[in-house]
Amino acid sequence: MQSPKRSLQPNRRVLPGFGLSLGFAVAYLSLIVLIPLAGVFIRASGMSWDEFWSIVTSRQVVATYKITFGVSLAAAATNAVFGLIAAWVLVRYSFPGKKIFDGIVDLPFALPTAVAGIALTTIYAQTGFLGQFFYAWGIETAYSRIGIYIALTFIGLPFVIRCLQPVLEDLDKEVEEASATLGAGRWRTFWRIIFPAILPAWLTGFSLAYARAIGEYGSVIFISGNMPFRTEITPLVIVKFLEQFQMAEATAVAAVMLVASFFILFFINILQRWSESIGKARG
Amino acid sequence: MSIQAIHIQKTFGTYRALDNVSLEVPDGKLVSLLGPSGSGKTTLLRILAGLEFPDSVETSRVLFHGQDVTATPAGKRGVGFVFQHYALFKHMTVAANIAFGLNALPRRERPSRDAIQARVAELLSLVHLDGLGKRYPSELSGGQRQRVALARALAMKPKVLLLDEPFGALDAKVRKDLRRWLRTFQEEIQVTTIFVTHDQEEALELADEVVIMNNARIEQVGDPQAVYDRPVSPFVIEFLGNVNRFVAGMRSNQPTDQSKDVLYVRPHDVELEPEESETHQYALKAKVQHILSAGNYGRVTLERLGTHEPFEAEVPRERLRELDLQPGKVVSVVFRHVRLFPKGEFLESAVKDGQLEAVAG
Repeated sequence: MQSPKRSLQPNRRVLPGFGLSLGFAVAYLSLIVLIPLAGVFIRASGMSWDEFWSIVTSRQVVATYKITFGVSLAAAATNAVFGLIAAWVLVRYSFPGKKIFDGIVDLPFALPTAVAGIALTTIYAQTGFLGQFFYAWGIETAYSRIGIYIALTFIGLPFVIRCLQPVLEDLDKEVEEASATLGAGRWRTFWRIIFPAILPAWLTGFSLAYARAIGEYGSVIFISGNMPFRTEITPLVIVKFLEQFQMAEATAVAAVMLVASFFILFFINILQRWSESIGKARG
Repeated sequence: MSIQAIHIQKTFGTYRALDNVSLEVPDGKLVSLLGPSGSGKTTLLRILAGLEFPDSVETSRVLFHGQDVTATPAGKRGVGFVFQHYALFKHMTVAANIAFGLNALPRRERPSRDAIQARVAELLSLVHLDGLGKRYPSELSGGQRQRVALARALAMKPKVLLLDEPFGALDAKVRKDLRRWLRTFQEEIQVTTIFVTHDQEEALELADEVVIMNNARIEQVGDPQAVYDRPVSPFVIEFLGNVNRFVAGMRSNQPTDQSKDVLYVRPHDVELEPEESETHQYALKAKVQHILSAGNYGRVTLERLGTHEPFEAEVPRERLRELDLQPGKVVSVVFRHVRLFPKGEFLESAVKDGQLEAVAG
């Protein structure tokens, strides 16, 4: 029997087990994410600050940051735009083959990244099926930053679409009709009514695609050519250090990536909070 | 502005939503589209609004003030539309919701910022929501939200106001208040108003004219008194409030095969007499089943002797006491007013009919 005093406590919940589930969640997160990542810092802390600084700011490494974070941003932005369009089409229209198209969206998730890399390289190489046209226009689609961009766009594709689909499906049709009866055109209805509602999910999709692109390795190394200063990505630098048993150097660069990624995601999270506050209003 | 719908035909896939429906609404009237769900009433309203279009814009036509608007989209018809679930823009304040239509006007026609603000304030006080402009829809009650939706629709000074089950999502008390308020409000602003409802009480209380729909067709159009007193079909009489239905012949307490007539009597037209009183030669005999006496009227459930047809009577409480009814007691039954539909057709006045004079008191 519960004492009546206890049931009067203001924070009694309908479902029990808050303490247990919270404890489990924290332990799980620690075990899977935090402790391994902390290992990176512990390893990196074995060297002096000067050593650390000289490794992570060496010209070759700095060049890879620019490529990794820059090209990833471009790829995620591309996915944000076209993912929105694709999600819109998949939710709003019905056309033959829609189910198949919808299934294809997930392929970049399922495909081993190396397979994707090899396939993309074959297609976009100078003699490739698509590459020949690009090269004819003077656009080098393989062994260049454009190649990295193509690979990162490919692997980030599902995120924006899958984040937006449920939100687009949940949109209240009557709200759009209300906007239409008030004389708003389609464009205005989209920007003023639909966009604020889907903005948080859109940002989530964007940040997931961005995070995935920053960490991507397998598909990129085939198509990029891995030329230092030009097409070398940071994850590759880490692998290179590891292959030469330079553990300290590898963890130093990894630590930089970790911190940078954390701040980028943190910033996007703040953006998302803000967009939720305008998208859903209060209460 | 008067509204005309001519031969409206609408199908969704294989489902026929409207079957050759024609309707005329005179200027400034408050008209209700009444019917069960699936009767096509909302589809008709949406076609009038321009949110839905008839199958063919050549054979089906919608006229506003004599002008063909069949193919005109919603935004250009000058209609205000209020949705059942308000459809407010939840990321905007109440004021921004109301101003939305004005802000969407092309720059040349758009009022100045101050003028829009003044208009919003004016509308807020019109719907009795003064000072709530800075709130968000989620901070309002259901009744308040519906009034915001109304204010938003009125901001564009529509010539026609269309409401789709406007009180459907509200609780009984709020619904009654808002209904009464809408009635006086509509009289004030004199805008042609059509509202959809499945609540017969709402339609009869509120509308100048009731359009009763069933199965993609209009069954009857008329003022509330007319449709209630002179229903043209069994559907209408059954839909408009409680009614008792007798299938068997009425001459005696024995069912007779020769008559397939269906006779309808409203519970308040059923009079109960003590069993032994033979004031009416052909009075029915019935056994009392159940008595519910809350309110001014007692509701008595009876079963007709012989045919076992159940029916209800509404008896004033005093009369109930006089009769001293108990479940199981047998009483004589007299009908004050009946409607008879022989084989689906309508007899002008069932009471005058020879066969029925005996039972109708």
